[in-house]
Amino acid sequence: MAQLTYRDAVAAAMAQEMRRDPNVVLLGEDVAAAGGVFKATVGLLDEFGPKRVKDTPISEQAILGATMGAAMTGLRPVADLMFSDFFAVCWDIVANQIAKTRYMTDGQVTLPLVIRSANGGGSRFGAQHSQSVENWAMNIPGLKIVAPAFPGDVKGLLAAAIRSDDPVLFFEQKSLYATKGEVPDGEHVIELGKANVVREGSDVTIVALALMVPRALKAAEILKEQHGIDATVIDLRCLVPLDTQTILREVAKTGRLVTVEENPRLCGWGAEIASIVAEELFWDLDGPIVRITTPHIPLAAANNLEDEQLPNADRIVAGVRQLVD
Amino acid sequence: MEAHTAAGFTARNPQVSINTETRLKLYRSMLECRVLEKRAYDLFMQNLIKGTSHLALGQEATAAGFGMAMRSDDYTFCTYRGHNHTLVRGVGMTEILAELMGNSAGLMRGKGGSMHLTSVKHNMMGSYAIIGAQLTIANGAAWSAQYRGTEQVAVCFFGDGTTNIGAFHEALNFAVIWKLPVVFVCENNLYMEYTSIHDVTAVEHPAADRASAYGLEPVLIDGNDVDIVYRTALRALELARRGGGPSLIEAETYRHGGHSRADPGKYRPDEEVQAWLAKDPIPRYRARLLQMGISEAEVQRIDDETKAAIDQATETARNAPPPPLEIASQDVWADGGSAWRN
Repeated sequence: MAQLTYRDAVAAAMAQEMRRDPNVVLLGEDVAAAGGVFKATVGLLDEFGPKRVKDTPISEQAILGATMGAAMTGLRPVADLMFSDFFAVCWDIVANQIAKTRYMTDGQVTLPLVIRSANGGGSRFGAQHSQSVENWAMNIPGLKIVAPAFPGDVKGLLAAAIRSDDPVLFFEQKSLYATKGEVPDGEHVIELGKANVVREGSDVTIVALALMVPRALKAAEILKEQHGIDATVIDLRCLVPLDTQTILREVAKTGRLVTVEENPRLCGWGAEIASIVAEELFWDLDGPIVRITTPHIPLAAANNLEDEQLPNADRIVAGVRQLVD
Repeated sequence: MEAHTAAGFTARNPQVSINTETRLKLYRSMLECRVLEKRAYDLFMQNLIKGTSHLALGQEATAAGFGMAMRSDDYTFCTYRGHNHTLVRGVGMTEILAELMGNSAGLMRGKGGSMHLTSVKHNMMGSYAIIGAQLTIANGAAWSAQYRGTEQVAVCFFGDGTTNIGAFHEALNFAVIWKLPVVFVCENNLYMEYTSIHDVTAVEHPAADRASAYGLEPVLIDGNDVDIVYRTALRALELARRGGGPSLIEAETYRHGGHSRADPGKYRPDEEVQAWLAKDPIPRYRARLLQMGISEAEVQRIDDETKAAIDQATETARNAPPPPLEIASQDVWADGGSAWRN
């Protein structure tokens, strides 16, 4: 078991899969010689050469189009989109083309591709480089959505995403790149669509994703130490496929559900989970479902303003206490 | 009008002579496209085809010329005006008509429709209905061919209107810097939808005049002369196949009808329409064949066989049952299903 940073776990997963399968290739802006603007692809050019690790122009439509065309003709490409906000300039390729082509062609076309991007806030990049856009993708049938919180999951889930025969959007939380965690040595693959219960408690179930997972864990510590409330914390890891069985099982045990989303309020994934739990587990609930989200406003750049906007441990504690007390 | 090419594209490639057998195939191919789309129009009028449809009546020479020149493992990418490009890759008339009619004999059993014809086993990699996307995707197939060392070429068709969207420019630059085996073919039918391309474009020739911006030779051809299209295609394919990178070809042509089913095309001056009808690629080529000494009887035999083929295809397609309902929820994912939760 090695201690790796989140960003090194990205490179480790890429290297693991590129060694295993010669059809795995990487393309994107500054991914080769520069090792990625977030340094998540360092060393790949040296090991795999310029034929498999390719720098591109600032042409996101061309990048994702090439990714799709390569995937439909035998390669297993991984595209690096740098910031997930850039999905807005190439959304046609994602929403209209990649997501729908297998369906429209009656299953003729298979698209084993991954689009990696740095997602989310907390790094003071302002409103156009800090968004959590996973909900954009969740609204479109045909896309798998992964958003890990820990380096070990980064490696295992990225490996699984690359091996998947379906298109996967892999969201790396940019404020987590420097965090460290245990990553298993040797081949490491985690099945997509399996949530992880990262803390077990008896009073309330907190469901979180990516950067909100460590914040939920911190909140759970405060709740236990200062308020005697014992929380279960679920790290969803994937939004599609969504592990509703784990959510329903854990909420049934505690009778209370709090979702913690980094994305802006309206139509966030927490609303879908709240809807599922309300429909399927209503009579097991001991209170209303609470959603904690970023308010429905763009993210600001200044330290104190962005901190005010993103859910943090204190807000999660307050949300849980409103439900449990 | 095989003019306007800079030195090199033409000079490097001597004029290919076309034998009689190939000419007859080119004629048959164009005629098959024509009867297919005329039949599609008739079936619309009978309300047997719903939705929309974008016919390429009058533009058959580009599809036939390239279809003849391509290797069977080369890739086709085209637009929603793609019935002809699908047919010339060897897909049956029945499968195309049935897809337009939305029934179980259709190429995609009704899940795609007119604008999305795709047949992977024919290397017909799709008809793309959002302007510009297919250029970027064709690059990916070309990259894959280059990576795998197969000497396959991706041929990507698009209309004049596409030259004003960002993806066109991104894709051209990308193809050139990666030296991809891809041939971009602009079928310039002079109108984007209802508006003349000249009214909305900074240059006279929407594709050819942009070529130099990407270090490519401008190639402007008569897209209604199937011999010229065929020869141009052979050169561009050969260039791509031997590692010479992409080409951008502008083929001037004209659609006989409107943009889509809903459009009678009244915005076009009568004299312009008449002038282009006189340049219809099919009667023009038929006359050339006769002039070259091919007998009327031989050409007439192709006419008759093609007519019989479309009648047979129509009958088969019309009588196919609707698609089974269960396929509505199949093939979102590679496992064949559509589950998003457990």
